[in-house]
Amino acid sequence: MTLEFWISQIFSGVSYGALLFLLGGGLSLIFGMMRIVNMTHGSYYLLGGYVALTAIWRSGNFVIGLLCGALAIAVIGVCEWNAFLKRLAGQELGQVLTTMGFALIFQDLALIIWGGDPYTIPVPAVLSGSIQAGELFFPVYRIFMIVVAVIVAVVVWLVLDRTRLGAMMRATVDDPEMARGVGINVHVISMGVFAMGAVLASIAGVVAGGFVGIYPGADFEILPYAFVVVIVGGMGSLPGAIVGSLMVGLLDNFGKAFFSELSYFTLFAPMAAILAVRPTGLFGRA
Amino acid sequence: MLDVQDVHTYYGDSYVLQGLSLRVARGEVVGLLGRNGMGKTTLIRSVVGFTPPRRGRVVLKDRDVTGWASNRIVGLGLGLVPQGRRVFPSLTVMENLTVAARRNGGPWTLDRVLDLFPRLRERAANRAGKLSGGEQQMLAIARALMGNPELLLMDEPTEGLAPLLVREVGRIIESLKREGLSILLVEQNLPLALGVADYVHVLSRGRIVHSSTPDDLWARADVKSQYLGV
Ligand SMILES: Nc1ncnc2c1ncn2[C@@H]1O[C@H](COP(=O)(O)OP(=O)(O)OP(=O)(O)O)[C@@H](O)[C@H]1O
Ligand SMILES: [Mg+2]
Repeated sequence: MTLEFWISQIFSGVSYGALLFLLGGGLSLIFGMMRIVNMTHGSYYLLGGYVALTAIWRSGNFVIGLLCGALAIAVIGVCEWNAFLKRLAGQELGQVLTTMGFALIFQDLALIIWGGDPYTIPVPAVLSGSIQAGELFFPVYRIFMIVVAVIVAVVVWLVLDRTRLGAMMRATVDDPEMARGVGINVHVISMGVFAMGAVLASIAGVVAGGFVGIYPGADFEILPYAFVVVIVGGMGSLPGAIVGSLMVGLLDNFGKAFFSELSYFTLFAPMAAILAVRPTGLFGRA
Repeated sequence: MLDVQDVHTYYGDSYVLQGLSLRVARGEVVGLLGRNGMGKTTLIRSVVGFTPPRRGRVVLKDRDVTGWASNRIVGLGLGLVPQGRRVFPSLTVMENLTVAARRNGGPWTLDRVLDLFPRLRERAANRAGKLSGGEQQMLAIARALMGNPELLLMDEPTEGLAPLLVREVGRIIESLKREGLSILLVEQNLPLALGVADYVHVLSRGRIVHSSTPDDLWARADVKSQYLGV
């Protein structure tokens, strides 16, 4: 176990955690602020990646791809929320069944449109290659993942904590009826929160598309990780999502490095331990 | 300003407002009295659209707003100071005010509101959930003013306050009246309500059982003992 081993493992874990934050942050937002259990979150990740892929094929531009993916998912999320989810407030079972149904529909839809082959999102040249430091190689794309996650975390924090719009979102969470009573259009605000959460998932999908690729089944593969992040960190807490995703990223990475055949155990056992001690997650409010 | 016409309001099957009408003219303060559970809050909820009436009409500034979403009704020029204050606990005092702000050319700016409630200026960065009951009540009034309303609905603004604070709230209502605001004031504090109101209604079991000037009500021992318990 050299120092190099530890540094590179921690770097891998942190960069994977960054990806998980993009994925879990949105789920946490929707879960914590709107009390909606959203099983479609993995689909937003998958479809966001696919839409971006198509847009990049057409335009040759990664950023355009990212924006198209985000826009498409925002529209899909808002439609799904408007047509179904807003009527299911407080009905967890109805939410799970509805959003699970959507996840299955989107899975088949993706298969029909993009087929069964795995794809990798073409990454701009500046993001490929590695930076060498002594014996160590840091892939530029992994650094990029961390940078994107940091930017997203800062932007989400600024919006939620420092703007009037964010205060309106929190007021709506505190007391939706009274929020209406001071003139806040709760309908539009809720739609905005949902769209924001969905867009984070699409960003995760695009970023992951250049890393692990996009393929059928990625939606359901990633969903448990997102839920673990949210459950460990605590619903609706941004710091919770950050700490939760870093923990899961590191645990997953070291679990695979040390006991590869037990990697699910190394991931879920600490989660169970945390939940036993703090049922609301590390940063969750009761 | 406000014209409530024969409203019938239910909570599920429970029939609470049983055909109630009243008016508030521009610049007028109308007091609404009645014992606990008689439907005062339900009337407020009917006007602001939280619990829309099943029959009857609510007309605000000559617009039939029955069945409108509350935020639209409020946007038309209504301010709500709800029973129990209902400040947003996780927001700061400042945020509680800014989320309710509406620029419609009205006189209330953040600065003017804070001048009226100096205590809130000191506590601007505190979470509203951490304020004392009196401070929360001031915040609830200040928040309603931020929307630059023409009509203010106040539901028991002195409930649970110490006598000193009750007087303070009374002074504030007086000064809002002088500003020309129309106010529908629900109060259990009889002297305060009768002191400030131009006209009063007494509610019992979802119906208005007495309407008069404050002076006439003051003289009616029978109404006071039967419907107000004094
Ligand atoms: N959400 C609700 N669901 C069902 N019934 C309700 C609800 N809110 C109030 N009620 C009932 O409606 C009736 C009128 O209540 P309301 O709150 O309007 O009375 P109030 O005059 O404001 O009383 P108080 O002085 O105690 O505030 C009461 O019998 C009450 O039990
Ligand atoms: Mg009441």
